Amino acid sequence: MTQVKLDPVQEVNMNENRLQGTKNAKKSHKKPNTVWRDMKKNYSAYLFLLPKLILFVLFVAFPVVWAIVLSFQKYRFNGSIFIGLDNYIAVFNSEAFSIALKNTLLFTVVTVPFSVISALVISVMIFGLGKISQSFFRSAFYLPSVTSMVIIAMVWRWMYNYDFGLFNYFLSWFGVEPINWLGQSATALWALIIMSCLIPFGTGIIMYLASMGSISQSLYEAARIDGANSLKQFFHITIPLLKPTTLYLVLLSTIGSFQVFTQIIMMTGGGPGSSTETLVHLIYKTGFRDFEYGLASAQAVVLFVIILIFSIIQFRVLRHDE
Amino acid sequence: MKNKPIKSINKIITYILLTVFAIISLLPLYWVFSTSLQLSSYQSQDMERPVSYVNANPPKMYPMGIPLYFEHWSEAREAAKAGDIELETYHRDMMSYIIEDTFSSFVNLFTKQDVGKWFFNSIYIAVIVTFGILLFDSMAGYVLAKKKFPGRNLIFWVIISTMMIPGQVTLVPLFFMVGKLELMNTHWALILPDLAMVFGVFLMRQFMYSIPDELLEAARMDGASEWKTYWTVVLPLAKPGLAALGIFTFMSVWNSFLWPIIVLNNEALYTLPVGLKTLQDANLASFKLLMSGAAITAIPMIIVFILFQRHFVKGLTIGGVKE
Repeated sequence: MTQVKLDPVQEVNMNENRLQGTKNAKKSHKKPNTVWRDMKKNYSAYLFLLPKLILFVLFVAFPVVWAIVLSFQKYRFNGSIFIGLDNYIAVFNSEAFSIALKNTLLFTVVTVPFSVISALVISVMIFGLGKISQSFFRSAFYLPSVTSMVIIAMVWRWMYNYDFGLFNYFLSWFGVEPINWLGQSATALWALIIMSCLIPFGTGIIMYLASMGSISQSLYEAARIDGANSLKQFFHITIPLLKPTTLYLVLLSTIGSFQVFTQIIMMTGGGPGSSTETLVHLIYKTGFRDFEYGLASAQAVVLFVIILIFSIIQFRVLRHDE
Repeated sequence: MKNKPIKSINKIITYILLTVFAIISLLPLYWVFSTSLQLSSYQSQDMERPVSYVNANPPKMYPMGIPLYFEHWSEAREAAKAGDIELETYHRDMMSYIIEDTFSSFVNLFTKQDVGKWFFNSIYIAVIVTFGILLFDSMAGYVLAKKKFPGRNLIFWVIISTMMIPGQVTLVPLFFMVGKLELMNTHWALILPDLAMVFGVFLMRQFMYSIPDELLEAARMDGASEWKTYWTVVLPLAKPGLAALGIFTFMSVWNSFLWPIIVLNNEALYTLPVGLKTLQDANLASFKLLMSGAAITAIPMIIVFILFQRHFVKGLTIGGVKE
């Protein structure tokens, strides 16, 4: 009855499908199309996928393709026109973009290593504690991550207040004169960088703690027998074994910091001047203030490519030197 | 033996450092609540100008309501002794002043601003999206993990590869689509794109792998339909994964900001983060008011976090590191 080739799994399934199988088998006898038959047999799987797939195609896949098309167009109210690479040329020639790129890069290059390393240090410190203190500190460091960046940005704007802010007050303890943190271009970007560094990387801490828990204690015992002190153990056992986690966290925080936006719009609006302009804020402004939709799409595609390149480099570097 | 004191010193240093770091990390949140409950100002008879407690230099590190009561307590007692005032009157007037002033910005937000509405909008949008995501993503994750059908890998990889694409890429096209579908200034404009988030499919698929095939096989032998198998066997087993996904979805929808500020222009439709931005734009220097709005937005997530801590840890560590 079964002329078509079947793998063992399908053969088992065939038995259950015998009732409806006769008809199918006859059809496939004439036209042995296994793919079509598999699809028919598994129609329920497609039904299960259907709702998500429809949403995905409509609101993710299609917009992605459209964004690429848009990036080659100039938007006109009565029908856009293709202008080839002009948007991309404009992106690379514009001073605004290169300033935004420079600011975003500086932001990323400082905050990502700082966040990941401090998460590692804090995790190592927490890991040595008893169970109750462990979960207490873990919660304390993760709590800020559950609150919206809008809130964090608002309170930091208040803390950076020139006259009454906490920040200048604390600095006055050390004899530092009040600084107009967000109001002058020399300090505004650094104010945002300091803020990002002082917000604990909660996800990083939780993931590091989980990975440390899965490192076998026998490795440390062996090292102790060989006379390695705890610093040596840290550098020769803990860090190498945490490498996959580190890679993941570096990727995660790089992607996040390339997309820095909320702080900018809530605290500085990209200013003073363009001293805190970042890529995503620029995209937002280009698209939804200047209504240059094509240009904004081109900027967004370039942002994606930059993130992709960075991710690939990090993947290579952190994977390679085992 | 010699090691012991060194060890305990190490431990003490660790505790001190961690406590300092924890204070630094929690200080901004503390400052939100402290400022939101700070007295706005106080004028007693013998003062020329009212004292500002919010805009104070040096800053007041905690809400000054109760301290103010005691600050003037001894004066009041003296005055009462001299027969100038009744101590009871002092107590009543002072307390009502302090309570009214301490919570004034919250009252203001709920009566003069649309915060109540924004709160409701945020809640119901987050709840709808969360349940939709849980249902659709678990269905998709289940078949992607447990069924063999043509196109399975292709579908999975196409979905996963879009996780790398930053959301800003689709901003303009989505904006056009929402316009074409005439959903601008409706909550559908938030709900539909959020329901399309793909992270949950990945998470659910990872989680569904651990469900033993024998259980599914047994259900099928009993003659259960695919839907019944999914609903009565798969879903209950996936509960921990669902809990984690639900929490993260709720959190990301509750906190989402960039897309809502693009598609919502009508104050009555705002979600809390969008509302906070307009509140700040209109009251740049009223920090007590702003911090009260921030507190209202922060409290629900803090409660969710305290109640479901376990699941946060789980959600972050499923499929993340190990794969």
